[in-house]
Amino acid sequence: MAGSSSPRPSDHIDSEEVTSPDIGFRGWLRWFWRQLTSMRTALFLLLLLAAAAVPGSIYPQRSADPNGVTLYFSNQPELAPWLDRFQFFDVYSSAWFSAIYILLFISLIGCVVPRSLVHARAMVAAPPAPPKTFTRLKAKASFEGSTTTLDEAFAELKARRYRVVRDAKTVSAERGYLRETGNLVFHISLIGLLVAVAIGGGLSYSGQRVLIEGETLVNNLGSYDSFAPGTFFNKDSLTPFTVKLKKFEAVFDLQAVNVGTPTDFRATVVSRVGVNGKPKTSVIRVNDPLELPGANVYLTGNGYAPVLTFRDTNGNVSFSGPVIYLPQDANYTSLGVIKIPDASPKQFGVLSFYYPTVAKLKSGALTSAFPGNVNPAITMSVYVGNLGLDSGMPTNVFSLQVHGLKQVAGGKKHPKVELTKEGQTVELPENLGTVTWDSTKRYASLDVDYNPAQLWIFMFAMLALAGLIVSLLVPRRRVWVRKVSGGFEVGALAKGDDARLEQTVIDLKAKLATKVSKKVQK
Amino acid sequence: MKPVLLDVNLASVSLIFVYAAMAVYTISFLMFVFHIAQATSDKKSVRDSSSRLQRASFFVLGFGALLHGTGVTLRGISAHRVPWANMYEFSISGSFLIVLIFLTALAVKEIRVIAAFVNGFALLVLGTATTTFYVQIKTLMPALQSYWLVIHVTVAVLATAFFNIAAALAVAYLLRDWPWVTSSKSPIAVLIRRLLKAFPDSAKLERLSYRFNVVGFILWSFTLIAGAIWAERAWHRYWGWDTKEVWTFIIWTIFAGYLHANATRGWSGRRSAWLSLVGFAAILFNFTIVNLFFKGLHVYSGLK
Ligand code: HEM
Repeated sequence: MAGSSSPRPSDHIDSEEVTSPDIGFRGWLRWFWRQLTSMRTALFLLLLLAAAAVPGSIYPQRSADPNGVTLYFSNQPELAPWLDRFQFFDVYSSAWFSAIYILLFISLIGCVVPRSLVHARAMVAAPPAPPKTFTRLKAKASFEGSTTTLDEAFAELKARRYRVVRDAKTVSAERGYLRETGNLVFHISLIGLLVAVAIGGGLSYSGQRVLIEGETLVNNLGSYDSFAPGTFFNKDSLTPFTVKLKKFEAVFDLQAVNVGTPTDFRATVVSRVGVNGKPKTSVIRVNDPLELPGANVYLTGNGYAPVLTFRDTNGNVSFSGPVIYLPQDANYTSLGVIKIPDASPKQFGVLSFYYPTVAKLKSGALTSAFPGNVNPAITMSVYVGNLGLDSGMPTNVFSLQVHGLKQVAGGKKHPKVELTKEGQTVELPENLGTVTWDSTKRYASLDVDYNPAQLWIFMFAMLALAGLIVSLLVPRRRVWVRKVSGGFEVGALAKGDDARLEQTVIDLKAKLATKVSKKVQK
Repeated sequence: MKPVLLDVNLASVSLIFVYAAMAVYTISFLMFVFHIAQATSDKKSVRDSSSRLQRASFFVLGFGALLHGTGVTLRGISAHRVPWANMYEFSISGSFLIVLIFLTALAVKEIRVIAAFVNGFALLVLGTATTTFYVQIKTLMPALQSYWLVIHVTVAVLATAFFNIAAALAVAYLLRDWPWVTSSKSPIAVLIRRLLKAFPDSAKLERLSYRFNVVGFILWSFTLIAGAIWAERAWHRYWGWDTKEVWTFIIWTIFAGYLHANATRGWSGRRSAWLSLVGFAAILFNFTIVNLFFKGLHVYSGLK
């Protein structure tokens, strides 16, 4: 069928056999291009893409799980560098993964452009004339008619929204051009989607910040704990706004079967847009970000920040303020690190646990039995010695290098410093002074994200889906009715899957036949 | 938001209904197998009486589905939410939808004969769910408190149901012209040959399998988009190559390949039938192995 003007790739199921390539360089080029834009190549590249995506779910990925990668390196020191050399920790930005999808999209463009042109011409062309005989058609029938049968066939097919032409002996009709239109819309939308994803990724940024109740985030680079800009990011795209965390609340279930399960996290914030913007109070929840012009603010984590004050033996304050404790388990047993370089007589550091609902294990160790602040307690191990903060090297505020330090509280030899009530003050060992637990605040981890292409991505995705549905569900069908000696015959041909092909012929025959002749009906 | 009250007793009643459904499904499964044996018998009198048995089997299956549906509904009521927030619930709801869609699709006469397969699959899923995946009801963690849980997951389950029926038809199609089945004298091959007599011809099987895959693919595409929209709300990015996202993408790509194969010379027929099975295997893998053993954000199996 569909002879030499077929819009489809040369190995499409509807097209004729591939001819052997021309000789010479240009011929060879043309042959190569035809291979790249063939159905088989598209199929192969699609399956290859699926296979290439698998390793990214097996090995930790730097983009999604950087700690996992670090862990993998320490667990498999031999293997990890090799995997890294072949980009197995960055699969989705790796050279090989990119090569596959770029080839696929080149093939896609090479396939879709000529098909669009051919389809545009077909949209205005008349339905093709019938084949010489109907013997090879799967759906066909013969019947007896009258002199007006062809007129009736013309009217009937027209009413069924076919495009119809006729001459003295035949009526040719075609419907379902939308199938090909949908298919092209689908494939072109995929190209649009890829472009939008690429541009959006380039212009986007993502900043993280831990805010303790009462603190304010200002949308500029200095205000973030970590910041990931896209390739084309420009500082001017940071819309001026501020977000102040007024209050953070967490609700944990108390029912026996469900005890400790979080049921709600709410961060009440006051935001201002622009330099003189009006303050606006809103609540950020897990599925419910705050939408500001030029960025959304998401709630991604939370925890406790006890307010602590350290004084030396003379009563001078060496440290005072809220300390962020990072949750270590579902019941918010949390670890905090305090470094006090200005303490006298000597520097010391503290590794501390916060237990929102303290409980004792059989071993005597403490743990938290519930994530809510029911019966909180704080314990501290204290280390004296050079904290290394003066060397000028950046250090992680959430960890303390205890190597080379002398432990004076906690560990096997010394009891831990324990605080069991807010407002309590206890003495530190070795004349280090005192620590006071003033109060407990909560903190929220916020994520500020901006991606200007998000709406475009959404629209291309919806367009692709619509194109796909049309392309897969609208049948494309050609129908012919013609006068032959002894009566009429009707034949139909589908391009692609068509559940109603046979039924169409049966219906048409029932409509047009003047009487069902035993002779021609087989 | 106040914590909802969980009704643990009602959850136990739900489990009883699920067990009862399993018992009834076991009976209907045996009846379907027996029916195929009858329908392919050499004796005409046996063959003729087989359609009555088939009708009876469908009534038993329908009754099982009623119990099953009740169990699923009670589970939802007992937890005050949709009953698909962990693997156990996803399994019982998913298998219920598979049975329901199959019962609806019975209007297509040719797929009646895969009843034993669909029935057996649902039974297997329920068996695994009650023995391996069972967890007590819980309230939803904040990330799951979203109407996207309803939309995204329902459509994913629907897609799975369609892919499942398509896979059953593809298996029958492949068995049809497997040389060992068509020519071996081994009693198993003879048995399979006999069973296959009850199936529609190869062309019909291929087309039906294609149509179910087409609907499955459209639904899966929607699942993918809905998942991205939800991820933007809950995880502040629409796509992040989380393990579950990776596998959703892999499955989508395999079935896109399948649809291409159907339009590629030399690839329609057997090869595309194999692709459809590979795709369905990826779905099962995604649901079992990925949920249980892979690390990622979608940690909702509820199992420790
Ligand atoms: C990003 C890569 C691609 C994806 C995800 C994709 C996906 C699909 C899907 C899902 C279909 C079936 C739905 C429909 O008929 O509209 C389809 C059909 C089709 N695709 Fe693609 N495709 C891709 C690339 C290509 C390429 C490179 C070509 C050219 C070689 C191509 C040619 C076709 C053709 C001709 C059909 C119609 C098949 C028929 O006659 O039924 N596609 N594609």
